[in-house]
Amino acid sequence: MTDIRLLTGGEAVAHAMRQIDPDVVPVYPITPQTPIIQTFAKFVADGAAQTEIVNVESEHSAMSAAIGAALAGARTITATSSQGLALMAEVVYIAASMRAPIVMALGNRALSGPINIHCDHSDSMLIRDSGVIQLFAENAQEAYDLTVLAPRLAEHPAVLLPVLVCQDGFTITHSAEPVVLLPDATVGRFVGDYRIPHSVLDVARPTTQGPFAMPDYYYEFRRQQAAAIEAAATVFADLAAEFALLCGRSYGEIERYRLDGASTAIVALGSTAGTVKDVVDELREEGEAAGLLKVTSFRPFPSATISAALAGVDSVVVLDRADSPGGTPPLHAEVAAALYGSGCELSGAVYGLGGRDLHPSDIRAAFKGAALSHIGLRGEPCRV
Amino acid sequence: MAELRDWQHLPVAGAVRPEEAARPLTGGWRTGERPAVDLPKCVNCLLCWTYCPDSAIVLDGETFAGFDLDYCKGCAICAEVCPVGAIAMVAE
Repeated sequence: MTDIRLLTGGEAVAHAMRQIDPDVVPVYPITPQTPIIQTFAKFVADGAAQTEIVNVESEHSAMSAAIGAALAGARTITATSSQGLALMAEVVYIAASMRAPIVMALGNRALSGPINIHCDHSDSMLIRDSGVIQLFAENAQEAYDLTVLAPRLAEHPAVLLPVLVCQDGFTITHSAEPVVLLPDATVGRFVGDYRIPHSVLDVARPTTQGPFAMPDYYYEFRRQQAAAIEAAATVFADLAAEFALLCGRSYGEIERYRLDGASTAIVALGSTAGTVKDVVDELREEGEAAGLLKVTSFRPFPSATISAALAGVDSVVVLDRADSPGGTPPLHAEVAAALYGSGCELSGAVYGLGGRDLHPSDIRAAFKGAALSHIGLRGEPCRV
Repeated sequence: MAELRDWQHLPVAGAVRPEEAARPLTGGWRTGERPAVDLPKCVNCLLCWTYCPDSAIVLDGETFAGFDLDYCKGCAICAEVCPVGAIAMVAE
């Protein structure tokens, strides 16, 4: 019997964590991530998970404790948002370089300043180049499913990297919708036991981990990390196929929504993809050849898959929920690189910063080629 | 110097096992001064051994027996903590 519950994205991820039953969760609360750890802490208090929650004094400590736990041989999950991720950032790079397979649940929230608690993707983009895998959920179901997938992606011997599962703050973290949960035992079997190549606590086989690398080796270690995240693309595809057999829900590095025969396509991350799908359906009803390319895996970025998926599309509009002052917004820049030389007409627009709503009428305008460079901004938009 | 390895042949995350470590003699980092002991003054309190950040104080059992200059970096902490002035820094 299918277990369907009315859950927020935050609660759905807490259920995934309960079912994964990680050994250690070092975490510091921050809006809009708080419902994840609040709900999960209640599960632990009620005996529904055996996890040791470490109440640390900051996100810097949370991430540091997560590295220690993960490398000691404990399956480890943490969660954060915005300034919390910014405070973690130094250690996130170290987690990736030490190849610590930590699952990180993120409630996307705008970075200060001005201080704001609502959604945009500036926090994820801050650690874009840290070497961490970044998956974006469209809704609570995807946040749950991707969290269940994340430990095995992180822990795969060819990968061994942190995995960030991103869900839009408030839009997903705090909005209740029907979510199908897998049986506890199914998740337990799917994630299996935690294994890493070298435990720092293995006294019979001692290792120095995180050693200093001089100019004669630093470059080689960076390349090793890049190869690991490149390998994650294949591993994610294999895991998604196995996951689909369990529950019938399919994931890929991208989702193609009515792209067949599309003349105009929008590229977007996160919950916005859901709104774009509704507008695509309306436009298709009206005879317009509109489609959506949703990017689920922002890191590794599926350039080749995207250029193949958009071959034959005349016009592409990239929607970025993060800006890059003085430069090109991150998703736009990636898609532009992927489509370089394709002859496709490409434009980009920033939207939704600090939780500003994106209306279906804005998306409709973008499909009609009438989008501004800054959707929803009052005053004259400035083009970079 | 060992031959430099390419990126495909490095241990994951640079996790180094003792038998693989290069073990460079870091005493070469000293910049002109090394510790010297006036042994008759030494009261064998072992504060130098406790404080030395490079484990470069050599013991014979539980008795002070000198300095391991292969690893001593000349920081002078031993001379500073010695309560009887038995250790002084001298030019190399």
